[in-house]
Amino acid sequence: MGRPLARLEDEALLRGRGRFLDDLDPFPDARHAAVVRSPYAHARILRVDAARALELPGVVGVLTGEDVAALSRPFPAGIDSPVPYYAAAHGTARYVGEPVAVVVARDRYLAEDAAELVEVEYEPLEPVLDALAAADTAACISDRAFAYGDVEGALAAADLVVRSRFSFPRWSCAPLECYAVVCSWDEATGSLTAWANFQGPFTLHSVAAAALGLPGSKLRLLTPPDSGGSFGIKSAVLAYVVLMGLASRALRVPVRWVEDRLEHLAGSSGATARVTDVEAGFTAEGELVALRYDVVEDVGAYLRAPEPATLYRMHGSLSGAYRVRNVAARNRVVLTNRCPSGLNRGFGGPQLYLALERTMSIAAGRLGLDPAELRRRNLIRADELPYTTPSGAIYDSGDYEACLDEALELARYEERVAEARAARAEGRLVGVGVACVVEPSVSNMGYVTLAEPAAARAGALPKSGNAEGCTISVSPLGGVTVHLPTTPQGQGHRTVAAQIVADRLGVEPHEVEVVTASDTALSPWTVASGNYSSRFSGVGAGAVALAAERLAAKIAAVRAHLGDESLSLRRVAGAVHWNPESLPPGMEPGLAVIAYYAAPNLAPPDEADRVASSAAHGFLADVAVVEVERETGRVRVLDYVTVHDAGTLLNPLLAEGQVRGGFAHGAGAALFERMAWDEEGNLLTGSFVDYLCPTAPDLPAVRIGHRETPSPFTPLGAKGLGEGTTMSAPAALANAIADAIGRDELEPPFTPPRVWELLQR
Amino acid sequence: MIVVDVTVNGRRYREEVEDRLLLSDFLRGRLGLTGTHVGCEHGVCGACTVLYEGAAARSCLLLAAQADGAEIVTVEGLARDGRLTPLQEAFHRRHALQCGFCTPGILLAATDFLARTPQPTRAEIEDLLSGHLCRCTGYTPIVDAIAEAAAAQAGAEGAGA
Repeated sequence: MGRPLARLEDEALLRGRGRFLDDLDPFPDARHAAVVRSPYAHARILRVDAARALELPGVVGVLTGEDVAALSRPFPAGIDSPVPYYAAAHGTARYVGEPVAVVVARDRYLAEDAAELVEVEYEPLEPVLDALAAADTAACISDRAFAYGDVEGALAAADLVVRSRFSFPRWSCAPLECYAVVCSWDEATGSLTAWANFQGPFTLHSVAAAALGLPGSKLRLLTPPDSGGSFGIKSAVLAYVVLMGLASRALRVPVRWVEDRLEHLAGSSGATARVTDVEAGFTAEGELVALRYDVVEDVGAYLRAPEPATLYRMHGSLSGAYRVRNVAARNRVVLTNRCPSGLNRGFGGPQLYLALERTMSIAAGRLGLDPAELRRRNLIRADELPYTTPSGAIYDSGDYEACLDEALELARYEERVAEARAARAEGRLVGVGVACVVEPSVSNMGYVTLAEPAAARAGALPKSGNAEGCTISVSPLGGVTVHLPTTPQGQGHRTVAAQIVADRLGVEPHEVEVVTASDTALSPWTVASGNYSSRFSGVGAGAVALAAERLAAKIAAVRAHLGDESLSLRRVAGAVHWNPESLPPGMEPGLAVIAYYAAPNLAPPDEADRVASSAAHGFLADVAVVEVERETGRVRVLDYVTVHDAGTLLNPLLAEGQVRGGFAHGAGAALFERMAWDEEGNLLTGSFVDYLCPTAPDLPAVRIGHRETPSPFTPLGAKGLGEGTTMSAPAALANAIADAIGRDELEPPFTPPRVWELLQR
Repeated sequence: MIVVDVTVNGRRYREEVEDRLLLSDFLRGRLGLTGTHVGCEHGVCGACTVLYEGAAARSCLLLAAQADGAEIVTVEGLARDGRLTPLQEAFHRRHALQCGFCTPGILLAATDFLARTPQPTRAEIEDLLSGHLCRCTGYTPIVDAIAEAAAAQAGAEGAGA
């Protein structure tokens, strides 16, 4: 452990022998599905007529939204919504791309032909597209106010109050592999077996089972060994598990559905769009004394679990990396006629930190202070850690100021600032931006209950914690197999788990088989299982370590009893399996353990609405240098430095991969990516020609520094690090662009036309 | 229906196909060569790239029927005698893949590129990659891996000369 071991996953993937879901054929007699989708953002569905589709040879049948409503229940969510959410629309369609019917046929080509023959008569209705305007209407389904300390008093006494509005548009994970579901309804047992490239959280397994009207044991959900990226978005594939499961049940055939790119961009999921009004009070010396947020969160057409989690994931970190004790927030959740939102790398962090970190830089400008210096004056100090924030997060460890210093040094900050100033004096638009970000990892499963007031929470089942399970078994020949339900999509969990187990059992990592394909009928999963909130290095690796330690202890006990401390693992396994009579008296037979590890510090929200929203907190300080082309508005990133403290690094090679990937996603949000709709709610970004992802020439080679302050709260001292740069990059780049062009009113993405337009004002 | 006679990874196949069948679906569904991945079906992401008559091409923009008589190499055909190529090994060492979904297309495009451009600059490698989307790595390790393979290739050729 701790070594930059190259991955065990790579060999198969490099040979084209990966096993992604569309590569597998779990039900060889499966028929192929195509989805009929609403072309309107809001419309009454007057008639669905599948007669012509059913006439086509090879078509098995059609499932309509009416069938879905008859065969299933609405998906439950954390707060009550007046608009029930089903797997397909019936009566009213509420976003472009919403499923209206499913056609099942012999092959995909035929299914698509038949889908075009399904006649749907619509009566278009006025769409709701402006969340801000709708925030004062019935479209607002949750309105909560939080106050910690005395914000009013502190703002009144402040020497400077900065007031700004920040808009973060809808963007997407856009993994290269889209959704896939292969499922089969078993009439005999009344159960559904579904393969999906799901990524957790497994809370959503219960949500899907509830929609199907099944106890969880009757929804057997399996994930394949490989998944082509997710970054959050494949959590929402479960809506399609329900849709295809109902199709299988109604049409009495196994069903295979592989989403295409247009479907994915139109009808899967996306980040929330958020408008944040910030009021921040400062003393003349630059001390941040009060922060108030007024947030309007656009979650799309339906509140889909786990939303409104995007709004509450960062709740403990409303004060960011700063010592400010007076913090308030008003959170409104608004429905609009867009695809429902969901998990997206950074999950609330990019939105929060754009507002907070832009505010810090704007304030520095008004106070005549250097932006890095203003941050330094407010950073939580090393001797204050562990530190409880006003809203309840427990920041575990680190040295934020040292991290910032290291970033400034690595970036040659003062020289860069001077160079930018000199360049601007010559008419070039060069700027330097800074962002300081606390990166939470391992989410508290209870934080989303903050969407309900304390009185309402008191009457419901309390929710808390985040646990993961792991099984390790040793075969009669001494082979080691690990089962880990963390559903990775490229993060290298197999390699890290093998490193941890190898260390504890005294074998080599390549001798450890790690199975991350999961199966709810067999895997040691919990409601929290899955791959989100950068939870692997905390609880995933924690469960592996715990299981390995228990197994090592049993092996040691067998060796001691047999009187040979150097007995090979193969011999120990042989003795346990073949000769249980030789075991110490009272020892349980078998050479396998199952262990569950739960983060120790994640209580339910308290009566004062404070919550330890995450188990561990890393810190990163970033410096961005950009140049804006005056003629075109194009932003070039000249340099990007990030210094990260994510506790103990389990595998430095993989850690760097996460930091780079997180940056690319954050830089994408800052510079390129936006899901766009026209004034009638038509999707404008339905292909990779219109939804722009950054490519290799667009991104700088990020320069990375690491500090390692172990977390006292995770078994291996490790903290998550897969989302930090996604949270920081939009803010750091926005600050650099604002510095370059001398304008504060910026709204990402900073695409050439948008920046050029700003330059003309 | 059309009969297609095609050589893939050195093996000859004769198959009857519907005229509209995409080459990508033919390779995956009919021949079972699932290493060729489909990411967008409109020629932007590059995941489905194969070597078609020796040059990188997007199999989602070709019909199987067009490939009659063609010679194709997919990612399954890169390794020689079971051993990974220096390019594949460089991807492994440099952690140039995470989920691995875009990797086959990039490997084939880079194989073609290195054959034509033995000593590329970093900017030339980035330019090659501008036709491929990767959402995991941030591209830097991919550029590093291709540069490393190019250097190894140049070194091997230098040693042989």
